[in-house]
Amino acid sequence: MSFILYAIMIGILDGGIYALMACGLTLVFGVMEVINVAQGSLVILGAYMSYVLASTLHLNLYLGLLITMPATFLLGMAIEWAFLRRLRVDRIALSILVTYGVSLAIEGGLGMIFGDTYVALPAPSGTFTLFGYATPDIKLYVFLMACAFLAGLYVLLYRTTFGAALRATVQNRTAAQLIGINVERISTLTFALGAALAAAGGMAFGATRSFHPGSAEDLISRLLVIIVLGGFGSLGGALVGALLFLVVEDMVSVLISPIWGPVVFFAGLILILLVRPQGLFGQLEARRQ
Amino acid sequence: MTDGAGARRWDRAGIGLLLLAALAFPLVFTNAAITTYAIFTLMWVAIASAWNILSGFSGYVSLGHAAFYGIGGYALALMAESWHLTTGGYATFAYIPLAGFIAAVFALPIGWIALRTRKHSFVVITIAFIFLLQLLAFNLQGITAGSTGLPLPTPPWTGAFFNVPFYYATLVLAVAAVGVAAWVRRSKFGLGLLAIRDDEDRALGFGVPTGVYKLAAFVLSAFFIGMAGALDGYFSSYVYPQFAFNPQTDITMAAMSFFGGLGSVAGPIVGAVVLEPVQQLLSVNYADLALVVFGLVLLAVIVFLPAGVVPTLSAWARQRAARSAPTGETGAPAEALAPIRGVGESS
Repeated sequence: MSFILYAIMIGILDGGIYALMACGLTLVFGVMEVINVAQGSLVILGAYMSYVLASTLHLNLYLGLLITMPATFLLGMAIEWAFLRRLRVDRIALSILVTYGVSLAIEGGLGMIFGDTYVALPAPSGTFTLFGYATPDIKLYVFLMACAFLAGLYVLLYRTTFGAALRATVQNRTAAQLIGINVERISTLTFALGAALAAAGGMAFGATRSFHPGSAEDLISRLLVIIVLGGFGSLGGALVGALLFLVVEDMVSVLISPIWGPVVFFAGLILILLVRPQGLFGQLEARRQ
Repeated sequence: MTDGAGARRWDRAGIGLLLLAALAFPLVFTNAAITTYAIFTLMWVAIASAWNILSGFSGYVSLGHAAFYGIGGYALALMAESWHLTTGGYATFAYIPLAGFIAAVFALPIGWIALRTRKHSFVVITIAFIFLLQLLAFNLQGITAGSTGLPLPTPPWTGAFFNVPFYYATLVLAVAAVGVAAWVRRSKFGLGLLAIRDDEDRALGFGVPTGVYKLAAFVLSAFFIGMAGALDGYFSSYVYPQFAFNPQTDITMAAMSFFGGLGSVAGPIVGAVVLEPVQQLLSVNYADLALVVFGLVLLAVIVFLPAGVVPTLSAWARQRAARSAPTGETGAPAEALAPIRGVGESS
């Protein structure tokens, strides 16, 4: 029995990391109606940046975020300014291709620099006991870090003027523009924020498992499924979706077989969308028009 | 490909010449490396044209049609296994439409489920399907043999001739896919799909059976892509989950259609003919560089030629024609782009 509880706990710990990575994706969609397929690559890029800082400068992983997050923030601003802002027609379809182009360029660039071998971040090796199973300390630490970032994001969105402007843009872009919100600036900052959160998620991801440039593809499919399950643009949905995804995956992995974990999830997504095409917390898309 | 003022006859002549050139190609170029490029280019012409029937015409961008490519390959492999076809031959090509049919049968429920959602959810659901099917191909070891993959009939041809039957089979597939796409573009069915792209609710209001049309386009494109998957499987004589159900395949077919011009018949052809040799050339030796180059090409096209190569060039040609004969229509670019691109953006 305790191994089921253990699987649930591990699912929650991993789910926190996925929630951190997914919330950037869902925010960007909510504000810009852009599906950022590059989010997975940005996560892996963040992980590699942390890897370089930790292995060459021997910088503490958490302090390293002070460099990697501003760097990816600027990169996010640049991507939005250079490519996404120019999309006027067919935003949804073209944004997928543009961000996919960015994703390929990042993935290929990482491959050229680091090669295709798996690496892991140098994490402290302590363990603690969870329902009788030894668990690496780092899993708990990065989970707490993810919670801290999510709490910070909550404060930013619900307690600041910027947050109010951002939420207004999500609700109705045109109306937000009419009342004087600079939606272009909000879009740039949101995309940059999503990229910075991806870098934090990348550190958490890389500290708890090994990765290589191709990890981005597996990651983005999971993140997309999470935000569809939660409902596009819904932050709470992304949190619930991430926790649900990883708890279910870990349970199935323990009870049946690790190879069936992801299958059950993709199949579950399809079943849920049969009943609720808008996802668990999403609004009906017809309403958006 | 001069799309300009009433040059229908020139179009016909151009198509005829292109077909002749395509037929003569393996007689002129006997080098196996070059005919391999040609086979893959034609295969991608078929795939991108078929993808365009659904995603280009109706605006429902599917990033999961590689699932049908994989199903086609596995269908042929499983047929070969159960009917004990170990050595291939010309007869094996006859099974390829059957493999496409099986892919289309799978497309029916998948499309029905996926098409319950609208644009962006649809994109992600199709992504979920490709990953689901890839995982199933890995996991259902009793049927698919998991990651060891399945063998297909071994073609009996040797040497430089090996590629020739495959070349002509792929040419037939490409011509069929383009022909069907051109027919759809001109039919009432195609008009309905374009109406769905521009404003689905209004199309429904005008009496377009949107549900049936979308599903029909979904299944039709799956049929051709399934055949391409089977043909590729036969050509490479093995199917593996990670190559048969490859998300990269999805992006490539979308990128080719966007490059050439989404929703036009010539667009996907141009996209495949330009991009596939580049991809082949680079990915053999420089896989990582190929990703970077492919990504940058994609970015450049979308930023500089957002409507794709074919519509931009034909708008440019029309503008020139209008300038030399000032009585004609002016302001051609906007006019040429509007019916090709979705106008639903303004909502």
